[in-house]
Amino acid sequence: MSSVAWQPSDPLWLRRTVAEPGTETVTREQAPDSGTHEAPLDFCGADNGEAVVIRGVGKRFGETPVLQGIDLSISPGAFVAIVGRSGCGKSTLLRLLAGLAEPNEGQVLVGGAPVQGFRPATRIMFQDARLLPWRRVLQNVGLGLRGDWKPIAAAALAQVGLGDRGGDWPSVLSGGQRQRVALARALVGRPRLLLLDEPLGALDALTRIEMQGLIEGLWREQGFTAVLVTHDVAEAVTLADRVVMIDHGRIVLDQAITLPRPRRRSAAVFAELEGAILSRLLDRPGGPAAFV
Amino acid sequence: MSRASRSAVGERLTPFLVPVLIVVLWQGLASAGWLSTRVLPAPTAVATAAWTLTRSGELPHHLAVSFVRALSGFVVGGGIGFCFGLANGLSRLSERLFDSTMQMVRNIPHLALIPLVILWFGIDEEAKLFLVALGVMFPIYFNTFHGIRTIDDGLLEMARTHQLGSWSMFWQVILPGALPSILVGVRYALGIMWLTLIVAETIAASSGIGYMAMTAREFLQTDIVVVSILLYAALGKAADSAARGLERVCLSWHPAFGRGQA
Ligand SMILES: Nc1ncnc2c1ncn2[C@@H]1O[C@H](COP(=O)(O)OP(=O)(O)OP(=O)(O)O)[C@@H](O)[C@H]1O
Ligand SMILES: [Mg+2]
Repeated sequence: MSSVAWQPSDPLWLRRTVAEPGTETVTREQAPDSGTHEAPLDFCGADNGEAVVIRGVGKRFGETPVLQGIDLSISPGAFVAIVGRSGCGKSTLLRLLAGLAEPNEGQVLVGGAPVQGFRPATRIMFQDARLLPWRRVLQNVGLGLRGDWKPIAAAALAQVGLGDRGGDWPSVLSGGQRQRVALARALVGRPRLLLLDEPLGALDALTRIEMQGLIEGLWREQGFTAVLVTHDVAEAVTLADRVVMIDHGRIVLDQAITLPRPRRRSAAVFAELEGAILSRLLDRPGGPAAFV
Repeated sequence: MSRASRSAVGERLTPFLVPVLIVVLWQGLASAGWLSTRVLPAPTAVATAAWTLTRSGELPHHLAVSFVRALSGFVVGGGIGFCFGLANGLSRLSERLFDSTMQMVRNIPHLALIPLVILWFGIDEEAKLFLVALGVMFPIYFNTFHGIRTIDDGLLEMARTHQLGSWSMFWQVILPGALPSILVGVRYALGIMWLTLIVAETIAASSGIGYMAMTAREFLQTDIVVVSILLYAALGKAADSAARGLERVCLSWHPAFGRGQA
């Protein structure tokens, strides 16, 4: 099933978007009883996501190796978080997955095929929303869509709780709202792989938690594979099935997170996991041994 | 309520206070005979001259001639500058080929070419067209080029990941992204356009506002000279307002130009 196959007349899609006009304040805690991921989850389920396989990938800029011998496979529909110190190569890895850059060694396979250039089924979201300031919000969401794009874009916008802001210029939106628009734009083409490069990095703590709930809800609903780069370990533990840590261009930790969703930050296991990953990140002795 | 509205009207009128006082003073000095008409005619005399010239059809004729010259020079020069700006902004090869030549030619003050231009074209229309076009070309060229090159790389990358074709890439991303800079160039070019035309018409012309002023000078008709000067000022102001209007319309998305939510 490619992203083109999906039609706006899809009844499930309509049901989802019409039934939920006020997703504005969906939080992690509210997500399960909002009823968004019952039928749709079965409908697009795991087969919507694409598998990602990274084999022996190395990337250099000039003489400096940024990534070395990276091996990682992500099953379809999984949510993987990548953490690591600043400059360790997280964004570089994401750009390889996106086809925005090519590895010097090794192979990157998405959906079984080597990545060659950017593919429509892959969408990437950055820390800055990158909205075109001269196009209205709705046009930004519908960027690159062909045919009768308006209802599709409007539905995607409604899904992130901004259905009434389609006629505004991006400049009048708040930072959090701009990121929501960027999320709607990323999801409007029904991606099978969503890459997120610190998408919530510039937001305040409260908005960030709201956005995490929104992303988690949409991921469960649409079943795409998600790769999230983040500095926030709590965010990684909240959202991901796996937390992968990169240090000096290598994977140094691959931690499965099996906590039931939605995850509560107040839970003891959550805090323990977060603490362990954090101390590993800070390279404090003692902490990591139990989890590697 | 009425006091508030009165103060609002007052606020709007305050900027005109000084100019009105100056005109009144000028009129007073001229009527009292302290200001010779050889130096400066009275405002009433200037108004009368303007009225007579309008009725005789002389003023509209010269105005139209000057306007057409300005416009055609602007279109030709601006068009060439815009095309080079686009080409050099979009293609590294084109930039390597033409940019340094443009930089060199820019350093020649175009008004210094007047003697040569008169030798080439005489005082025909081509002379004025050439000079105006030359003067207008560079600001448009540089601002178009600069505007394209300074478009946010993140936006370009984003647009590429959305598989925009080169046509929609141009219309949806590159042109609107460069437009604020291009319009700065347009405003700057409009200033140069009038200045060039004033000089060219004063030196070498057989019609136009500058020509009207120069013939008036020969007959010591200071009132007509002042009318011409005021006309140039009004035309310059009109062009500037047009450019501002264009900015407001084209850049309504821009927080600095737009009127908020349209
Ligand atoms: N285009 C490039 N040319 C040269 N060096 C680059 C380029 N892109 C990235 N690098 C280098 O590669 C290293 C990793 O960069 P990358 O952006 O992947 O880091 P990161 O892990 O995303 O960091 P951060 O968390 O701060 O975003 C850095 O040292 C950076 O200087
Ligand atoms: Mg980064």
